[in-house]
Amino acid sequence: MLKFALAGNPNSGKTTLFNALTGSTAHVGNWPGVTVDKREGTYKKRDEPVDIVDLPGIYSLSPYTPEEVVARNFVLEENPDCIINIVDATNLERNLYLTTQLMELSVPMVVALNMTDVLKKRGDSIDVKTLEKRIGLPVVEISALKGMNVDDLMDRALETVKIRRVGRTVLKDSILGSAIVNAEIAFKLKGVPAPLFHAIKLVERDEIEVKNHPQEAKAVEAFILENVCKDGFCGDVEAEIADARYKYITEHFSSTLTRARKLDYTELSKSDKADKVLTHKWFGIPIFLVILFSIFHLTFSENMLYLGSIIKPFGEWCGKEGAAWKGIFFTDGLNSPGIILFNALDYVTSQIGEYLAKGLNGLGASEWAIGLVCDGAWSGLAAVLSFLPQILVLFLFFSILEDTGYMARVAFMLDRLFRRFGVSGRAFMPMIMGFGCSVPAMVNTRTLADEKERAATIRVIPFFSCGAKLPILTAIAGGIVLSFGKGNADVITYSMYVLGVVTALIALLVMRNTTMRGETSPFIMELPTYHIPGFKNLMLHLWDKAKHFIQKAFTVIFASTIIIWFLSNFSWDWHYVGVANMEKSILASIGKLIQPLFTPLGFGSQLKAFGWMFAVAAITGLIAKENVIATFGSLAAVILAGFEGTEEGVAEVALIIQETGVSMPALISFIAFNMLTIPCFAAVATAKAELGKGKFRWTLLFWLAVSYLVSCMVYTVGEWGWTAIVWGILAVCAVVGIVLYNKIMDKKEAK
Amino acid sequence: MKLLSQLEIGEHATVAVVNGEGAVRRRLFDMGITPGAQVYLRKKAPLGDPIEIAIRGYELTLRKAEAAHVEVQ
Repeated sequence: MLKFALAGNPNSGKTTLFNALTGSTAHVGNWPGVTVDKREGTYKKRDEPVDIVDLPGIYSLSPYTPEEVVARNFVLEENPDCIINIVDATNLERNLYLTTQLMELSVPMVVALNMTDVLKKRGDSIDVKTLEKRIGLPVVEISALKGMNVDDLMDRALETVKIRRVGRTVLKDSILGSAIVNAEIAFKLKGVPAPLFHAIKLVERDEIEVKNHPQEAKAVEAFILENVCKDGFCGDVEAEIADARYKYITEHFSSTLTRARKLDYTELSKSDKADKVLTHKWFGIPIFLVILFSIFHLTFSENMLYLGSIIKPFGEWCGKEGAAWKGIFFTDGLNSPGIILFNALDYVTSQIGEYLAKGLNGLGASEWAIGLVCDGAWSGLAAVLSFLPQILVLFLFFSILEDTGYMARVAFMLDRLFRRFGVSGRAFMPMIMGFGCSVPAMVNTRTLADEKERAATIRVIPFFSCGAKLPILTAIAGGIVLSFGKGNADVITYSMYVLGVVTALIALLVMRNTTMRGETSPFIMELPTYHIPGFKNLMLHLWDKAKHFIQKAFTVIFASTIIIWFLSNFSWDWHYVGVANMEKSILASIGKLIQPLFTPLGFGSQLKAFGWMFAVAAITGLIAKENVIATFGSLAAVILAGFEGTEEGVAEVALIIQETGVSMPALISFIAFNMLTIPCFAAVATAKAELGKGKFRWTLLFWLAVSYLVSCMVYTVGEWGWTAIVWGILAVCAVVGIVLYNKIMDKKEAK
Repeated sequence: MKLLSQLEIGEHATVAVVNGEGAVRRRLFDMGITPGAQVYLRKKAPLGDPIEIAIRGYELTLRKAEAAHVEVQ
């Protein structure tokens, strides 16, 4: 099968073209070794099917970013039959810069001039015939978004495949032309494929190329010193080549573009006008906060637009209390789309669960078998899948922000703030998404260019307390107020959120100064013109995400869930004990075994009879964090037979507080521990996929260490105020240590 | 001679020299900041840094630290 590669700048409409060509045949994976998306699909509209590979969006074939290296290796090593170079017609010069590099390869190539419709609307035009002649490649005007001329493009590409093509360069007449020709001849004699490309990269002193061909590199340097220097040029080859490319483009290619009006930066385009408001000095950040709030409101609110009291009579009028579909649409008011989808899925899964139980009962299945299928497998799966609607709604909103070009502006506005913590402004979005769900947040770190920055961000994302951790906060805070008669549940909840954010920022700072040292990556980024995202693209994007999540839900997450169900329902002698007798389960004995470990955190050996319950609840929280409170519910029934809990779990917590004699600081420490420790299986699986094995193990350890340390601090300071001094001294020592370490490392690196 | 990072909002200039080294320098070149290119300082971020420039017909943002590698006139 023929194989075509799609190459072009970011924001040039490359993915849109890919979707238009491949439709539903596309599948997304990773390029080996890096977490750069690899999209592949088949074009089927002509006799011969064509395999289309979407290369990552790049500005150049330099050796510095993983995207560039991936694209470069692909075109050099995988021998595509044709390169389709997509060029944004509204941004001709910078886009053609990549074209001048791609055309140096000896691969058939077609230029797809995209967004010609936008160009025409502006009144501008490009003389395609002349451009084609000067560039020496077929040029096809298309509109990827509208699907215009896309098949013509493929026809032209299929034609060019038949003709052998030899690489050409625009640098022949530059001052380094003779050095390039010389190196090309040397490579040709050696029989190296793509001799011209290698020659130019070598003259450019490209890191990868010099490493691969040390001998030739020396020869090139000698040649430049001997022959080029006498013409008055001796030195900056990289600058010279970039400059020569752009000069050639402006002289020969840009002149084919006729502008209706002279380019004038002071004249504001629509996009500039929008930016005037959206990135305004005073209003920019408040507007962003409103957008952010709206997204969370539409995903998580149970009282949309705060119309509760107004909408309530309507809700009562259209259905009785307890009617299924009423529960789906109304809670405290009208539910948000996110909650409606969540409730609908919940309704379906619980109905299926009931039928399953009935069916199995009718078949005379044993109690443990029903438990396994209904409570273990099905509820476990349902618990994980229940997140899916809200994850997708969040994804949808953030994809819209990304595709419109607004996300780049957010990074622009917030970069200064985040640089202090060793990450760029782009890290902000994934972190804030963490308040919703860690899974989409972790996937979204892919927009971060630097690997270390990305790993550090993934690690702190769970500290931004997600939606599923909120029940833990409210139940325990409620229990504290009920049992100790002091404090305020809202204040406790709010403080815990703040604690999470502060921990995240401190952890970032520490990591970026110790294990993840390194300069903040450069922030030189295009601010793409605002545009309305294509519906088809958004949906395909969402479908990819949903597919990934469902696959994981049915494999890793599912298996782990069953194991935990087994541990909490079976005793050591393989007898089914059921949730009602959880104290006899394997999990309870594990809880008792590890209970002493939690002594420094306040919920360990110092507790009375049922102290192990905290450890057990924390473990079940790995399935989904809501389970911590659900487990408390089951355990409360163990303490007091026939105990009737409340929906929020406050009464359960109060009962457990009373029976175990746990103190208030210890409870707060317990919340902190659950918030900061290893997140749910869904998030763990995502982190693993995004980080790679080596870093993943350290990440698990990192979560355990941070949660343990912070909870210990919360407990000891809460219990014995004077220990704050000890922690203070320890913190000062740590800071001094880190500063010294950095000084030493800086010196070492300087050498 | 001035640095790109020292331009005032609304000021036009021409790139003269690009300093710096390695990945940052290459990135500046790749994005079209080469000697002779016209730049226009569109705006600064709400917190004063990074800056937004118009170059080669598109909008580019970069930090002042990176813009300080670029000499303009």
